[in-house]
Amino acid sequence: MTAVQEVPISAGGNPIGFGSMKRVEDQRFVRGQGNYVDDVNLPGMLHSAILRSPWAHARIKSIDTSAAEALPGVIAVLTGKALEGIPRPSLLGDNFAWMPTLSYDTQAVLATDKVRFQGQEVAFVIAESRYIAKDAVELIDVDYEPLEPVMDAKRAMDPGAPVIRDDKGQTDNSITDVHGHKTWESGNAISTAEAIARAEADPNCVVVTQEVMYPRVHPAPMETCGSVAHMDKVTGQLTLYTTSQAPHAHRTVYAMVAGLPEQKIRVISPDIGGGFGNKVGVYPGYVLSILGTIVTGKPVKWIEDRGENLMSTSFARDYHMTGKIAATKDGKILAVDVDVLADHGAFNGVAQPTNYPAGFFHIFSGSYDYPDAHCKVTPVYTNKAPGGVAYACSFRITEAVYVIERLVDCLAAELGMDPAELRLKNLLKPEQFPYTSPTGWVYDSGQYEKTMRVAMEIAGYDELRREQAEKRARGEYMGIGISFFTEGVGAGPRKDMDILGLGMADGIELRVHPTGKAVLRLSVMSQGQGHETTYAQIVAHELGIPPEDIDVVNGDTDQTPFGLGTYGSRSMPVSGAAAAIVSRKVKERARIVAAAALECSPDDLEWELGRWSVKGDKERGKTIQEIALLSHSSLELPEGVEGHLDATAVYNPPNLTYPYGAYICVVDVDPGTGVVKVRRFIAVDDCGTRVNPMLVDGQVHGGIADGIGMALMELIAFDTDGNNLGGSFMDYLLPTSMECPSFELGETVTPSPHHPIGAKGVGESATVGSPAAVVNAVMDALAPFGVRHADMPLTPSNVWRAIQGNPIRVDMAIE
Amino acid sequence: MIPVAFDYVRPSTVDEAVAALVAGGEDAKVMVGGQSLMPVLRLRLGAPSLIVDCSRIDEMIGIREEGDSIVIGAGTTHHAVMNNDLVKRYVTLLAQATATVADPQIRHRGTMGGSLAHADPAGDLPAVAAALDATFTIAGPGGRRTVGASDFFVDYFTTAVGDDEVLASVSFPKREGWGSHYEKFNRTAQAWAIVGVAAAVRMEGGRIAEARIGLTNVGTTPIRARSVEAALVGAADAAAIAAASESAADGTAPTTDIHADAEYRNHLTRVLTKRAVQKASGL
Repeated sequence: MTAVQEVPISAGGNPIGFGSMKRVEDQRFVRGQGNYVDDVNLPGMLHSAILRSPWAHARIKSIDTSAAEALPGVIAVLTGKALEGIPRPSLLGDNFAWMPTLSYDTQAVLATDKVRFQGQEVAFVIAESRYIAKDAVELIDVDYEPLEPVMDAKRAMDPGAPVIRDDKGQTDNSITDVHGHKTWESGNAISTAEAIARAEADPNCVVVTQEVMYPRVHPAPMETCGSVAHMDKVTGQLTLYTTSQAPHAHRTVYAMVAGLPEQKIRVISPDIGGGFGNKVGVYPGYVLSILGTIVTGKPVKWIEDRGENLMSTSFARDYHMTGKIAATKDGKILAVDVDVLADHGAFNGVAQPTNYPAGFFHIFSGSYDYPDAHCKVTPVYTNKAPGGVAYACSFRITEAVYVIERLVDCLAAELGMDPAELRLKNLLKPEQFPYTSPTGWVYDSGQYEKTMRVAMEIAGYDELRREQAEKRARGEYMGIGISFFTEGVGAGPRKDMDILGLGMADGIELRVHPTGKAVLRLSVMSQGQGHETTYAQIVAHELGIPPEDIDVVNGDTDQTPFGLGTYGSRSMPVSGAAAAIVSRKVKERARIVAAAALECSPDDLEWELGRWSVKGDKERGKTIQEIALLSHSSLELPEGVEGHLDATAVYNPPNLTYPYGAYICVVDVDPGTGVVKVRRFIAVDDCGTRVNPMLVDGQVHGGIADGIGMALMELIAFDTDGNNLGGSFMDYLLPTSMECPSFELGETVTPSPHHPIGAKGVGESATVGSPAAVVNAVMDALAPFGVRHADMPLTPSNVWRAIQGNPIRVDMAIE
Repeated sequence: MIPVAFDYVRPSTVDEAVAALVAGGEDAKVMVGGQSLMPVLRLRLGAPSLIVDCSRIDEMIGIREEGDSIVIGAGTTHHAVMNNDLVKRYVTLLAQATATVADPQIRHRGTMGGSLAHADPAGDLPAVAAALDATFTIAGPGGRRTVGASDFFVDYFTTAVGDDEVLASVSFPKREGWGSHYEKFNRTAQAWAIVGVAAAVRMEGGRIAEARIGLTNVGTTPIRARSVEAALVGAADAAAIAAASESAADGTAPTTDIHADAEYRNHLTRVLTKRAVQKASGL
């Protein structure tokens, strides 16, 4: 366990250990020298384009590809029918028209019987250029018989609702998980119901019920998805350059989907231009590029355009949540019950650990001390794009934090209590850790009140409340919103966390060359997080090798050991631990070599950063660089010691880590137009040890921008005909620097007791924590109008309607 | 961008451009800065057979004083327009509205004439041209003709410019000393206007003596809020402006989309008209 400390500076000007340093990746990114999938051009490479469904729900009567095939330059046109004819030697299905999802459902690679969402893949054109491929797509004639679409999750289970998954013989739109469950529950239903009933009957208690919707949003990474597949017909080797946050997991999935021998598959994720969960799943386009190279014998490139990315790839959220919170009238929370209707789209393609079909939503009990909590999640199919969980949500903790933080604010409003005071009254105390939550999570460490008070101090909370009171008296609408969140990240312990049977432990490999330079090979995959920088810093911290002397390799399954990839804030908690442990293995090997060179017992040596020396005789010692050379030399080593310092490790986390934070948002609402201006945003994160505080700040900045975007503008909505209304950046709005204030950050550092360097991970903290702060601030501003809740996104139009007492249903379109 | 294939010519005079359009037929399309056409091509919403690039026609670029008017070449960039001293002095409202168009990169490429001829109801400049009674000079096979703003904007994305014609220049009457303001309402900094209000007022003795109001994106074309203009005459305080602005949405026909429904747009039109006139008049 390590907290922030002073570290020596290397000749290259970098901290030998933890501390702020610029990303080494920036050298290529800021010069435009990054190498993304679309930059991959192989000799003889063909291009492709996908014909997508204009309908949300329709039967395919016929597809005529003859005109497309006749276009000069077109090499092949694949349809679902053609894929049905390709036998698949695998356990997961008998042909290529369907593929498994990460949640043990099936998804059409190309539609055969029906299309089930607007934007679904219908045909795949391979051509000599992308221009010809796009032209050919327009020449394909599909005869559709439109069917009534199911766009409203609340009506998906109505008797007589159109059945979406008739391909599976379903008679309704329910979703059954791999364990046979149609609903997913956790906590204690009986004790929670009893506690709420007692509170309802008790004049000294209150029960507040609030329905909140976390609407469908999209990760919208700057780089869309794509792949270049190349099957070498002579060696049988398939090389896939792809936008993957999890190259190793994808390799295994392709082996299972395509029936190819896994050792013949090499997945390369080059530079990735943002993922946010969007690049965890396996998309039909990837599979089609693989089938394309198999069919044509040439490399095939598939690159999505922006509209395709927004309309067809993994969405996030779409949770309809009804929460009940019971408390005493003096503000002690007693119980929380949450009922969720989860819209999973047309195929259950959610990416999360198998035993957690609602992700980690069950951590919804939050950062507060009360005994009874229960939730029930009911998933349904709708005629919307599949996927889910994506968008920096820590496996649905975003939804969980949102519902509990909205409930706490609704309770505060009901009690007429300051929301900061209510939170302080209920926050877990440091001595309660490790804390087992009512739904069974074991929070590792925290000093919640301290963190909350730091945030209030930075904000000048009392002064803000005074300012608000003055403004209200003048008819100005200012709001102050608080969110206190706890995440469980770093999935996860192999004993109960896997995806498609693959346990969530991470391999790692560290090689130390004779000159003392090192190469660290990671299983996790950077999408811009700065792994090449931070992982070198961990090795530097453990071994004293300057970070500039350590290269970090990731993204190539032939060059890196197996692991489950980067999402759910799992890199630092899992692979960060692996990096420390593999470094410690190297350090112990170095000790043996040093002892042989110094002609003493390893037990007589002591370590100071970068050097083993004889206890009591510091002059006699060897640096790690000297030891590296000795380890490759003719130096005689003890029997059984092989030489070299290289080591490998696999890290199986004993528990999740639990980063947390206190966020305060200040908004001004223009009652004339409904415009919300975020004036200030204060974020105090405790992610344990900060390997590179500058990059932590960067992660938090990005996450707050995400949160402001989701709270105020981002939305994938549909009209009643099933048209996706968020298919371009003209309609799917993202925040820019103009919509964000200059963020005010603070920190507390409470290391994780079970992580080798005490780090907890921070990748999603701000995305998880910030939306509730913004919404709470807007609701606080609107309190004089009697508004208690309106759903995200709080667009000017929606805020204006809320002021009129008529908030809209944001998930359903405008009819 | 993966557009449908097209031919491309880059004439150096207006007459050459017209000849190219005549030869190219109805699928020929004029491009200057490309800031409206490129997205259309990228999304394959249009498939012109020929693009006539008018960005290098000297006579279409530049700003000059002609008697009581300021004449602006249609190919003059937004950046040049908003920073020009003649425009800032005599056509202040145009400079103000142009400064709200998209972002600096787009303003360095996009042109005033391109924006007006594209006639997107959400574009900022048509309402300004309508409010200020601009005159449009259109070149075609039969020579040049001029059209007033009320006849120039015909429908959604449709103007008086024919398939074989080019908008050559736009003339604005000089209005020195008027107060003006363009109140643009959009959801993110670079986004299109949900509603915009272009307001110019002539003050006499602390009262509004004359007002010109153009509305953006509340109909298929820019709309003059003539009843507000009439009601504003004599207004001397904010309350009078507010009262006059109550009729701002009369006669408009705003659309409903994911950003805003018609009812909200009508509300915005009233609120923003009041704000625009207040800022223009200083009342």
